Amino acid sequence: MGAIMSFVGVLALVLIAILGAKANLHLVFGVLFPYAAVLTLLIGLTVRVVRWAKSPVPFRIPTTCGQQKSLPWIKHSRIENPTTIWGVLVRMFFEVFLFRSLFRNTKIEMHKGPHLAQGSSKWLWMAGLAFHWSFLIILIRHLRFFTEEVPFAVSVTEYLDSFLQIGVPLLYMTDLVILGAITFLYFRRVIIPQVSYISLPADYFPLVLIFSIAGSGVLMRYFTKTHIVGVKAYTMSLVSLRPMMSMPEGVGTIFWVHLFLVCVLFVYFPWSKLVHMAGVFMSPTRNMANNSRIVRHVNPWQTKYKGRTYVDYENDFREKMISVGVPVEKQESESAEPAAEKE
Amino acid sequence: MDYGRVSGSEPNCMELKRILLTKKAFILNRWFDVILEAYPSETSRFIQTQSDRFANPVGHSIRKGLEGLFDTLIDEKRSGEISGFLDDILRIRAIQEPVASRALSFIFDLKAVLRKSLEDELENDDGRLMQELSAVDSAVDEQALLGFDVYMKCREKVSELKSQEIRRNTFRLLQQARLVTDLTTLGGEES
Amino acid sequence: MAKQPKPEELAKVDYTPPMTAWMDTPAVLKPGNFCNAAKEKSLQLLDMPNPRTWSAKDDDWKLPDNWKEIVLEGLRERLDKYRSLRVFMDICVRCGACADKCHFFIGTGDPKNMPVLRAELLRSIYRKEFTTAGKILGRFAGAREMSLDVLKEWWYYFFQCTECRRCSVFCPYGIDQAEITMVGRELLNLLGLNIDWIMGPASACYHKGNHLGLEPHTFKSSIEFFLDDIEEITGIRPEPTFNRKGAEILFVTPSGDVFADPGTYTCMGYLLLFHELGLDYTWSTYASEGGNFGFFTSMDVAQKLNYKIYAEAKRLGVKWILGGECGHMWRVLNQYMDTWNGPADFLEVPTSPITGTRFDAAKSTKMIHIAEFTADLMRHGKLKLDPSRNDNKILTWHDSCNTARGMGFFEEPRYVLKKVVNNFYEMPENTIREKTFCCGSGSGLNASENMDIRLKGGLPRANAVKYVNEKFGVNFVGNICAIDRAALTTSIDYWAPGVRVTGLHELVGNALVMEGEKKRTSDLRGEPLPGCEAEE
Repeated sequence: MGAIMSFVGVLALVLIAILGAKANLHLVFGVLFPYAAVLTLLIGLTVRVVRWAKSPVPFRIPTTCGQQKSLPWIKHSRIENPTTIWGVLVRMFFEVFLFRSLFRNTKIEMHKGPHLAQGSSKWLWMAGLAFHWSFLIILIRHLRFFTEEVPFAVSVTEYLDSFLQIGVPLLYMTDLVILGAITFLYFRRVIIPQVSYISLPADYFPLVLIFSIAGSGVLMRYFTKTHIVGVKAYTMSLVSLRPMMSMPEGVGTIFWVHLFLVCVLFVYFPWSKLVHMAGVFMSPTRNMANNSRIVRHVNPWQTKYKGRTYVDYENDFREKMISVGVPVEKQESESAEPAAEKE
Repeated sequence: MDYGRVSGSEPNCMELKRILLTKKAFILNRWFDVILEAYPSETSRFIQTQSDRFANPVGHSIRKGLEGLFDTLIDEKRSGEISGFLDDILRIRAIQEPVASRALSFIFDLKAVLRKSLEDELENDDGRLMQELSAVDSAVDEQALLGFDVYMKCREKVSELKSQEIRRNTFRLLQQARLVTDLTTLGGEES
Repeated sequence: MAKQPKPEELAKVDYTPPMTAWMDTPAVLKPGNFCNAAKEKSLQLLDMPNPRTWSAKDDDWKLPDNWKEIVLEGLRERLDKYRSLRVFMDICVRCGACADKCHFFIGTGDPKNMPVLRAELLRSIYRKEFTTAGKILGRFAGAREMSLDVLKEWWYYFFQCTECRRCSVFCPYGIDQAEITMVGRELLNLLGLNIDWIMGPASACYHKGNHLGLEPHTFKSSIEFFLDDIEEITGIRPEPTFNRKGAEILFVTPSGDVFADPGTYTCMGYLLLFHELGLDYTWSTYASEGGNFGFFTSMDVAQKLNYKIYAEAKRLGVKWILGGECGHMWRVLNQYMDTWNGPADFLEVPTSPITGTRFDAAKSTKMIHIAEFTADLMRHGKLKLDPSRNDNKILTWHDSCNTARGMGFFEEPRYVLKKVVNNFYEMPENTIREKTFCCGSGSGLNASENMDIRLKGGLPRANAVKYVNEKFGVNFVGNICAIDRAALTTSIDYWAPGVRVTGLHELVGNALVMEGEKKRTSDLRGEPLPGCEAEE
């Protein structure tokens, strides 16, 4: 159900963009929406992160995946079970950039051939990594549209991404990879019963949306050959806060679609599961050191213990304790005053 | 009880068994699928495809058991092993499925699976295969009877485990209260 | 043969469950898969809400009229108190990596036992009540209305999670179902929906000092009872002390060790070791419980039960605390105790009086694990050991969930066991260490009325045990957890009969060559030592 609904939804969005282009509603689609989308993304993400940050971390609960630090002669696993901030940083690095935990799935399945369902977890790791890295690289490449001089880092990224030197314009590998990876992730959700059972419409929608964004980008670069100088003039006008009042000549409808879908993604981002991008940094089981035996962790809302104490216990059992020779604080069982001075 | 076995071991059964052996993989897969129907579809895919025996003990044990049962059907010299193979499957089914008829139905399902696999052969059959097949049916029935024993044994074991646990948890107190005599022997057989 | 039935005629009843979305499939409470309801009395003893007599089998769970309000308010409060909860509610992408990692899913095949779905049970309500997207988009965003069916589903499935954290190891964001289950159970407790097997021990522990409700004289005599056995076996009679002021060390262990076989043999091991060292230590009848069933109830009750340990250490004036073999006890001691009831500034950093080793890794909590303590002794050659006394044992090692994934306690016990056992084989790599499988009965689920689910949940662990049993002839599973000792004994007896369960210090006690001991002919269980079978 969700799989189809998402298609229909994105299709509707594409139609809206085309209608906008045909009606030439540049001020809405080319100016208002992009600014609103960027603002929503920034504010929304900030709200999200602030809301997470406002909830305290009452207890130190890292999931330990390696040997703890104990006796000096026992080899401590500094990354999988860190006790210092450095260890945590390395652990987070592996987690965020290499999907360390997801990779844990793989070992057991190496002996059988690559088979969609069977090797799903290994493929999940690979496709996930391919998708996220491509996304990041494509994002970096797009910075050329938002800076007057193309930064060196962007040029290097472009160079590396196109080092196969195929075609004119040069083929970016990430364009292929991201489309392939999304396709895999989508069909994985549809085909594997376990995964499709847990999937919500909100799981298919972003995949279809991002596929459409990447797809429209590919169409522009390799096929319709959109007027790139015009696009840059337009994007720079947005950046300089002096937006053009109409879309430059030669920038086709498909750019309108691309732009509008990106706006939708930006708006959708902070209110959906896509916030995992920011959330992964806030996950207490991963971003904390396992040092709670070494340094006391303070819980801001911890209340002091109130309840039964040893005195109550001894009052209840004094005679029995005395009868078997267990030492007591007070010898006589009948105490005139309440035994409150202890504890 | 031996009725099925006797006719099943007659030489004229050889033809059928030869055919069945060539179709072993097909039969086992289909039989396995039938068992999986007892599970939600999200789960059955996992049980079916996860090949690591430690990540998927249910799938592994059922496959092992089914293959064993099939082999003992073909080679009645191995009939002593039937209970063991039934145990592989029923030890799991007995706690997953507290209704005996459901837990055991898979054994009878083999009959339908065999017929399905022999569709072509039975079409042109002069009656001989059919006859051989009925002997195999009897052997299947016999496996089912043994299956009831195994199932019962497993359920009884569950009850026994409950009472043993209670005993382990109270034994020391009874011992202290001097309600248990002959401490050493009882203590020894504990655990 | 006149007529053969056609395949279709042989076709059986169709057991395939209806293909409905999980939200439309209410939980069916199957006998053998859930526990008895908590008793009125135990709730009262702990001052918990809504004490009453009820049963999960009844339609009417006797809830307060405003139960929905209570639950939602409780959820709101916890979202503000736990970042883990808030983040875990928001960031799951349902990638499915955790789905087949849960021992309950593997053993039951019930899709709602996939950790991701168990979390969605709560997440769906969170979305409906606390997120804009959920309020507007409803089901499209995975939101659903709170209802009585949902509440019962929570109860059924949050008491089918042993808080073992295995899913958290595989999750790319570290989402920990244990955290979600803990919050889910806290919410249920606001309505008095706990199980007897947890609330009974918890209330007993609060009033009498330990889960079993052993009063001081009984606790003492329980331990003294071991002395007869020990004397018979070794010719030595240790002299443990109780509630002794001025002792150097307070020793705290789960009361299961004092009480239930085979944990009792581990307890004998402690007694032998401490005697041989001449350790200046004391037991306490008040802090007579290391485990913490409050941890399976709510943070508040957990703090209440844990309080005794530091309080008693302070009262007795000991220098530091030594802890026995237990699983969740050590997760609590490592990750919670100091925060709840610390700082323990009245204690000193634990220092072994035998070797002089200072345990800086426990600089703040001032409490060390007995396996660390013993490993240090062995490293310094302070113990005379005869591992051949354990030669009739072929051992494998089960890493307990909480010490594995809530602490990282892997090498210390292995170092010790290799000194006292000659035959040791590891189970397969994906079933040990941080990937270890739960015994199936953790987090207070080791009752008897839910035996079926315990055995199902115990299958993945027992299956790996069975493998090493068949391959290497393994006949003992070692571990450092009281619940394991009780629960694995049962589960392995079902899945891999013939394999038995032992604690680490039972093995140490057997191998320990003591000053002035007589020639031992039997082990701590009273069974003949290798080579002494004939004499028996």
